[in-house]
Amino acid sequence: MKMTLTLAAVASFAALHVANAGNITGKVTLSGTPPPEKEITPLKDDATCGKLTSGTPMTKFYVVGPNKELADVVVVVKGLEGKSTGASAAPAVVDQKGCEYTPQIFAVQTGQKIAVKNSDPVMHNVHSTPTVAGNAEENKGQMAGAADLNFSFAKPENFLRFKCDVHPWMFAWVTVVDHPYYAVTAKDGSFTIKDVPPGKYKVVALHRKGAPTGVEKDVEVTADGAKADFTIEVK
Amino acid sequence: MTPSKSQSWLHRFAVLTALATLGLVVLGGLVTSHGVGMAVPDWPTSYGYNMFALPVSTWLTGGVFHEHTHRLWASAVGVLVVALTRGLGGRKACFPLLLTGVAEIAAGLVLLKLGADWRGTGHFLSGIGGVVLLGGMVWVKNAPASKPLPLLGWVAFVLVQLQGLLGGLRVVLDAQLVADVRLGTAFGIVHGCLGQAFLVLLCVIALFTSGWWRERSKVQQGTSPMEAVTGRLFLAATILIFLQLMMGATMRHQHAGLAIPDFPLAYGKLWPDTSAEAVAGYNQQRVEITAANAITSFQIWLQMLHRIMAVGILVAVAAVVWATRRFDAAVSLRRLAMAWLGLILVQVALGAWTIWSNKAADVATAHVLVGALSLVTGVFGCIICFRFIGAAQAQSVSKSTGTYAPGAPVTANP
Repeated sequence: MKMTLTLAAVASFAALHVANAGNITGKVTLSGTPPPEKEITPLKDDATCGKLTSGTPMTKFYVVGPNKELADVVVVVKGLEGKSTGASAAPAVVDQKGCEYTPQIFAVQTGQKIAVKNSDPVMHNVHSTPTVAGNAEENKGQMAGAADLNFSFAKPENFLRFKCDVHPWMFAWVTVVDHPYYAVTAKDGSFTIKDVPPGKYKVVALHRKGAPTGVEKDVEVTADGAKADFTIEVK
Repeated sequence: MTPSKSQSWLHRFAVLTALATLGLVVLGGLVTSHGVGMAVPDWPTSYGYNMFALPVSTWLTGGVFHEHTHRLWASAVGVLVVALTRGLGGRKACFPLLLTGVAEIAAGLVLLKLGADWRGTGHFLSGIGGVVLLGGMVWVKNAPASKPLPLLGWVAFVLVQLQGLLGGLRVVLDAQLVADVRLGTAFGIVHGCLGQAFLVLLCVIALFTSGWWRERSKVQQGTSPMEAVTGRLFLAATILIFLQLMMGATMRHQHAGLAIPDFPLAYGKLWPDTSAEAVAGYNQQRVEITAANAITSFQIWLQMLHRIMAVGILVAVAAVVWATRRFDAAVSLRRLAMAWLGLILVQVALGAWTIWSNKAADVATAHVLVGALSLVTGVFGCIICFRFIGAAQAQSVSKSTGTYAPGAPVTANP
């Protein structure tokens, strides 16, 4: 009877917590002038990969909208570490298509599976190069049509790099977070972090080039949510 | 075969081995310039295949082509060096080669039993042992070459195996950290520098086996204080070049592209700002196509030192040319010094072009090639200087003690 009451109390508290949870929304914009993107000439010149891509392949370091909206910014709530649900989360899927990674910037939770596909008719190798102790570096070959390769990382790390050594212009960067409260900005610079428990937090916006160590803001999340806009400055 | 014919063939074979090694240095340069050192992630197997049985379709894929060709070429150079060791050592080299071959096969088999971590090294060692064993079994009864050539052959024999092992460990231990340094990076730098030293050794062997060298060794050369100074200048400039190559290897194996994107200025200044804030700003503006790594202030300093050292080398080699301007052309030092200066000027131009081309792989590799040739030329100059000056000075001492016979040939080896 006592146990039932306790469980009921915990469930009620959790339900109340979720009920009071709010979304953090916002937009990230860029100030300053980013460097011009470059044509990926080795891709174009490669005998096989050059035929798999249409148009001129370009780097995508600063994906900026007409009003300076900045895509590919990872926005993370701080102070909720240790709440990862990565083990039960759906895998994040990364594809190798046209000898480029898609997406090139993404985020996962610690312990969450990352499935790397190869949609190209050519061999790649998928080489993860973490820099935080506890995240294992792996370098696996993947032939055309081979099964997906799976990776997961135990420790939080910003912009953990994946590369292909066979095609040295291929890169993707994953930010590993120790909880589910993060988002990656869309092309219009907007983001939504869902169901954040109520409370006061610091939120950090990370851009691989523009703000690799992040830009922080204080927010207070209520049932009505919270708003946090960021400006990332390029000097 | 007459001794002179045998010497002539040995020289041709030494030249072939040196040229093959120069090709290997270029291929290694291409691997690093393209950033594909890990395109084949296993060793001594290639994608699980025996190295010599990798399907051609895989071999021709992207960076695998450079890395795998480097491995195959290196294997061929290994065989050439074993044969050269056998040729230089003559019949006396048979027994040591047989013994070494058996020992390496046995050691390789032991390593295979130690577990998966040692399997690659075990296969490598036993495979090399097999080649060495065969080298020892070849029945050629030539006499050993004159001293110190047999010894130099054995040094090359050890170095080629060490180089192969370092190249393999650079792949297998790439991700391992020792004192926060990636072993892949550390082994890559050592592999690059040792490769240059190995090339020099083979070129020296080719020089010592040449008829030109044998003839010059018989003729007494004059000496003067100026020649002694020239020898020291040659040595100083050559040491500077080797230090420069070490610096270049360190820069290249960090795979961070260009730490400074402009030349002759550096970030628009004579000396760039290397504060943390400035470096963060540089990294914001970097758009890397390959070698996507953030740069550090250390890397900027390293490139600045590389530039300063280039000026130092240019001045030192120009001083050598000035010092040799009145030399008797009999020892060809003057012409060698002029050629050396030409190489250094080409090298400076290639260094600038490397930056202006945003480190284009072919240009950066040409920079490695001319660097290697500059080092070889410097070592040749040093050897010629010290060999002839040393011999002549020794004669001068003998003369003062009354034992010098004017016109007598110098008979020092080789």
